[in-house]
Amino acid sequence: MIPLSYFLILSAVLFVLGAVAFFVKRDLITMFMAVEVMLNAANLAFITFAKSASSIDGQIIVFFIITVAAAEAAVGLAIILLIFRQKKTIKSEDINLMKG
Amino acid sequence: MAQFLFFLLAIVCIASVLGMIISKNQAYNALFLILAFACMGGFFALLDAPFIAVVQIIIYAGAIMILFIFVIMMINLREGLSPERKKWTLYFALGIAVVLIVELILTMKAAFSPLKSGGIEKIGSPTDIGRLLFTEYLYPFEITSILIIAALVGAIVLVKKRDKE
Repeated sequence: MIPLSYFLILSAVLFVLGAVAFFVKRDLITMFMAVEVMLNAANLAFITFAKSASSIDGQIIVFFIITVAAAEAAVGLAIILLIFRQKKTIKSEDINLMKG
Repeated sequence: MAQFLFFLLAIVCIASVLGMIISKNQAYNALFLILAFACMGGFFALLDAPFIAVVQIIIYAGAIMILFIFVIMMINLREGLSPERKKWTLYFALGIAVVLIVELILTMKAAFSPLKSGGIEKIGSPTDIGRLLFTEYLYPFEITSILIIAALVGAIVLVKKRDKE
């Protein structure tokens, strides 16, 4: 049997890797993918605690998170596509409309 | 056996996320991410959540990543993203990463000690999830459907070509 703490540590590592990818990468699509990695790390923690508590509620929460992530991906990618059409770039440095 | 499977999946998962950080090509990034999400489905299966594991593979590794790949295809950047990324952002990100991981592990240490492997009874069968979804979690379930409709309409309206001229 695998100790459940391994899963928690793995989830922490994945979350941090997602955060690093978000800071290091420069194109919007990969930054968005990094957010998805962080969401997945949270899902893993939820499932681990559901297993630890022998409760199914954690799994239901993950089900909802996956659904909301799908909706978020649709809208987010639509926005990225819109930015690309207007500015012909998806580099995060070039998107400075709100810079004073 | 399960232990071996866990470490194999963990190595593949972390390596593919690292590959996503290192690789410059967005299409490769998406493929790396599909691999990572498939591994995540394996973890869910190891944790007695077969239904969530299948949902993870179908929705995340299937639907969401196909959406990403389609958008990458439509954007089709001729010139690669320039590598003139500033060096200090990397060090900044690494510093934040170290702080964050120490913080997370310290927080989770409190959870480790009472963390036992639960009972032997099987949880997470599709029947149980379905029953709970339509009784206790009925309102969130219905609200989620409204959210998905809103996201669908919003995405279509956002990218629709406006023919005002």
